[in-house]
Amino acid sequence: MNRIPRTLWIGGVIVTAIILLAIAGPWIAPFEPDAFNVRARLQPPSTTHWFGTDEFGRDVFSRVLAGAHHSLLMGFGATAISLAIGVPLGLIAAFRRGWTEEVIMRGVDLMISIPPVLLGLLILAVTEPGLAKTIIAVGLVYVPIMTRVARAVALDLLAEDFVEAARARGEGGYHILVREILPNAWPPLIVETALRITFAILLGSALSFLGLGPQPPDSEWGLMIAESRPFISEAPWIGLAPGLCLCVLLIAVNIVGEGLRDLLDPRLRGRGH
Amino acid sequence: MLGFLARRFVSVLFVLWAMTVMVFAIVHILPGSVAHMILGEFATNQAIAELEERLGLNLPLYEQYWRWFTGLMRGDFGMSLTMDRPAGPVILEALGRSAILASISIVLVAIIGIALGIHSATHVGSWSDRGLTLAQYFFIAVPEFFWCILVIIFFAVWLGWLPATGYTPLADGGFLGWAKHLILPVSTLVLGLIAHVSRLTRSSMLEAIESKYVLAARAKGLPERIVLRRHALPNALLPTITVLAVDVGILIGGIVVVESVFAFPGLGRMLIYAIDNQDIPLMMGGMIVITAIYALANLVADILYAVLNPRIRVSGSAG
Repeated sequence: MNRIPRTLWIGGVIVTAIILLAIAGPWIAPFEPDAFNVRARLQPPSTTHWFGTDEFGRDVFSRVLAGAHHSLLMGFGATAISLAIGVPLGLIAAFRRGWTEEVIMRGVDLMISIPPVLLGLLILAVTEPGLAKTIIAVGLVYVPIMTRVARAVALDLLAEDFVEAARARGEGGYHILVREILPNAWPPLIVETALRITFAILLGSALSFLGLGPQPPDSEWGLMIAESRPFISEAPWIGLAPGLCLCVLLIAVNIVGEGLRDLLDPRLRGRGH
Repeated sequence: MLGFLARRFVSVLFVLWAMTVMVFAIVHILPGSVAHMILGEFATNQAIAELEERLGLNLPLYEQYWRWFTGLMRGDFGMSLTMDRPAGPVILEALGRSAILASISIVLVAIIGIALGIHSATHVGSWSDRGLTLAQYFFIAVPEFFWCILVIIFFAVWLGWLPATGYTPLADGGFLGWAKHLILPVSTLVLGLIAHVSRLTRSSMLEAIESKYVLAARAKGLPERIVLRRHALPNALLPTITVLAVDVGILIGGIVVVESVFAFPGLGRMLIYAIDNQDIPLMMGGMIVITAIYALANLVADILYAVLNPRIRVSGSAG
């Protein structure tokens, strides 16, 4: 095992800090995130209101804290969904070959031929928007990529000697897939997952920025940025605060992904995705 | 080569057909009737029956699909529900304006991205290379919609140099007015993609520079400039082409967001408008058109790849 890259440490610490802040949010927030205060409308950042207040006098810092878990849920939840569906599909495709593989992989090709945002919009366009639906939509968007990666990894592993040995022992297909292939497939899958989380957060927050995610008065960061637009000249902090937090989260998650890639799969170093 | 092209073309047609089925199925099979969506939940039964009659919603689903599909084949996208005019011309006009944004962006991304990537690869470890690498981390991760807000605050609100929103056709505003409305949307669109392309070009260029054929070219005594241009670059650019095609997909996503923020009257904004107002024909048509463009971009990338890749060109077959 290689030395843990410094970037992985830095990214990991920031992500952990954001997760802790998101969990502790309700206790450490100085104000109620939804509490109106007409006397303190559009106040610039100060010692009382660290990130200022919005058009209803709500404390932006408290709202950013309360919204943190949305972006995290979108990133981790959606990626979990694409893992949970994509990996089994990919493993089955690699193992069964024949028409099963043909059907799965043609489906994957088809889904990949649709731009991700469009697929998300298509799923969200005709239903009532909400956090759970955004997460599901984003998760489904990335299923085909996970399937592809899992299949490629499994195909490589199926050619290995220990699989041959298991076959010679007379082990069944299920045993080989779950006990021999899956444990060895984790490193590349973890790398792909970690890199995918950035994209999931990006897509999820873009969809809610477009109004297809959590609805007001929720304080999802993408939504907060969208709502800040009418006040962009008089009170830029309303949008800047959640935007900067989103950037920090995305950069940190991305750094963790790349660090994991360097750690687990040095061959892929420096490549795109 | 011809067989490869024919196969790819058939698969593009298949994707488009499958997309029509998917769009139609998702819009029509999901719970909630289309007429209800359009008229709202307080609509009278009579109003709903009339609308269903007018739109052919009382027909069996396969017949509705067939009507819509054969219409598409004839270039008829149906009537827009909110604008009282056929959806086809609306989509076409919006597409034209988005195409301006997209083509300027993709050309800039290709030129600047590749140039920066080559610079980094030929100056590994220098300050400029390190600076670029750091910038790439940053630009890849920052969402477009946040860039939009930042550039609007900076260039439109504080400096007042450029208009924050809208679009002026070339004929009305002259070149300057036209270009002024494009600068901010285009620059937000290209930032992340340039980072992406330059990073990939850097790594594939590095790989090429370390390869045996470049070593051989150097051993022949060719000047470094020629070695890089004739031997390393063509091979290094192959993966970049594939990534550019993938980036068209990301660009489409970006265009949807950027057009909404800058109130740029293109296909992306039209799509969001159609979704917000439940203008089903406009929405379905827009989605099909966007998928078609993405599929074509990928087809072009595949053809370019096949043409430029010496291994495929010589053997005459491609997988």
